Amino acid sequence: MPPDPAQPYPTAADLSAAVRSGDRTAVDVAASANERIAAVDGRIRAFLHTDAERSAAWAANADRLIADGSQSDLAGVPVAIKDNLCIEDEPCTCASRMLENFRPPYTATAVRRLLDAGAVPIGRTNLDEFAMGSSTENSGAGPTRNPWDPDRAPGGSSGGSAAAVAAGMAPIALGSDTGGSIRQPAAFCGVVGLKPTYGRVSRYGLVAFASSLDQIGPFSRTVRDAASVLQTIAGHDPLDSTSLSDPVPDYLSDLDEPLAGLRVGVVADHFDVGLDKEVSDAVKGAIELYRSLGAETVDITLPHSKYSVATYYLIAPSEASSNLARYDGVHYGHRASQFDTLEQMYERSRGEGFGDEVKRRIMLGTYALSSGYYDAFYLKAMQVRRLIQQDFVAAFEQCDVIASPVTPTTAFAIGELADDPLAMYLSDVYTISANLAGIPAISLPCGFSKGLPIGLQLLGPALSEPKLLRAARMYEAATDWHARVPSLQARTGATP
Amino acid sequence: MSEPAAAPSIARKSISRKDVARVAKLSRLEMKPGELDAFTAQLRAILGYVHLLDEVNTDGVEPMAHAIDVRDVLREDVPTPMLPRDAALANAPATDGDFFLVPQILGGE
Repeated sequence: MPPDPAQPYPTAADLSAAVRSGDRTAVDVAASANERIAAVDGRIRAFLHTDAERSAAWAANADRLIADGSQSDLAGVPVAIKDNLCIEDEPCTCASRMLENFRPPYTATAVRRLLDAGAVPIGRTNLDEFAMGSSTENSGAGPTRNPWDPDRAPGGSSGGSAAAVAAGMAPIALGSDTGGSIRQPAAFCGVVGLKPTYGRVSRYGLVAFASSLDQIGPFSRTVRDAASVLQTIAGHDPLDSTSLSDPVPDYLSDLDEPLAGLRVGVVADHFDVGLDKEVSDAVKGAIELYRSLGAETVDITLPHSKYSVATYYLIAPSEASSNLARYDGVHYGHRASQFDTLEQMYERSRGEGFGDEVKRRIMLGTYALSSGYYDAFYLKAMQVRRLIQQDFVAAFEQCDVIASPVTPTTAFAIGELADDPLAMYLSDVYTISANLAGIPAISLPCGFSKGLPIGLQLLGPALSEPKLLRAARMYEAATDWHARVPSLQARTGATP
Repeated sequence: MSEPAAAPSIARKSISRKDVARVAKLSRLEMKPGELDAFTAQLRAILGYVHLLDEVNTDGVEPMAHAIDVRDVLREDVPTPMLPRDAALANAPATDGDFFLVPQILGGE
């Protein structure tokens, strides 16, 4: 199809329409995606592995579904998959030496639902090892580059998925978000990223990091594509007892209808200290735009949000230390070649298999859970988590969505924060509380500073995705930030 | 809750190199020479920061372990297909074809 000048990369909606109308085949679209990856990913390094043959087989299956009358918005659409989601007999490395040879015997429910809808996985994307990090630098395979500036980080942990969508290698991608790992890279790369309500999407087949916080969600270039992915992957799954049984509403039919009387909550503290002026100006500009669209802005407070980073960096590592105990060199994963005793086999296999950030978090969690420290650290953090959640409950009595920055700065340089884990953690300040409270949140492009994208975050109450997506679409429909693409395309000359 | 008043003062002591060595042992993580110093400095900085929580009054606050109300989920007690043995063993570092193999645990020549 001829590219719309405002949409230089086709969206998932464009591609599925072209495939369903017979203009293109899914096999042809998948082949184009592979060519695009071959042309540009040498410098971005968003993908850890691709398998053109298997993608072609999935695409052929999608063409059969379409011939049988599939009406799915995702039929024939290439999707990039974060490499911590299992697909049967595909590598799933979590960017860790620990899992470099692991091939899961089953497929994650979210991926299974995409496959059933005719979407075509075209490759596995880079991440911070076991999804622990905010830059995709903690990857055993080396960092992914931000398509807007190759010297900068794409964010993390789902940095590969964000970069793949931003660079036009895939119209949609799956990521996982434990403390901002979808929204922060979406902001750094100038794309849409959605973290659904905790439990809205089954976590079956997602390699566990912090089970009470982890949630799978989409990356896309438009709000509609994010809604289409959510429509497909949401819903109860008997294989995940924490997946919600609430019926899945229709996210798409009234997506373009502006919300009358929308109340946008604004937290003054969010704009106080540590926030770059350009980011602050862009987010305030977005709030002003909502006002011009008829929304009412409401001043609200979230008195405990300043404790969210400290709370998270006790709870998430505690859960991680327990979840990652399974990597023992016995059932799957790396086993050291030299050892004398069983204990030494465990210690050496784990010492060799995990990178520094993973070790740091396992030790932090083990410490917080250990005898004599449990009450002061883990129990205290769980209590503050309750207060953070109660702040949101009170705030959402006064507003429908909360508008905030996603990140305090635009994308930082690769290496800039690598030696200072605490500084890296503090960059998660705006995204973490949504995970602690279990509420949905979306990041969407709202401006640029010195050529780097800026993200706007909207948060809503649990299960408010229909309203959250419509509110996001209202902003998107009135702006064209989402239509900008990095100049990468001009430099390489390749078209998607 | 046991001795909520006493616990914070124990934890407020900054973490020592010896503590980190102990935690590494508990975590079954072998440390290379030199690693311990770097981890100690980093964990000290992070734990110093999380003491920010000490200023929050949490008296009587119910701890929140989960983002949603977790209920027992029951299903019919009927057998369903299980992962076949060969698939379960396929990723194991060492097997004898039927079982996972580990080094000898009990003594004896």
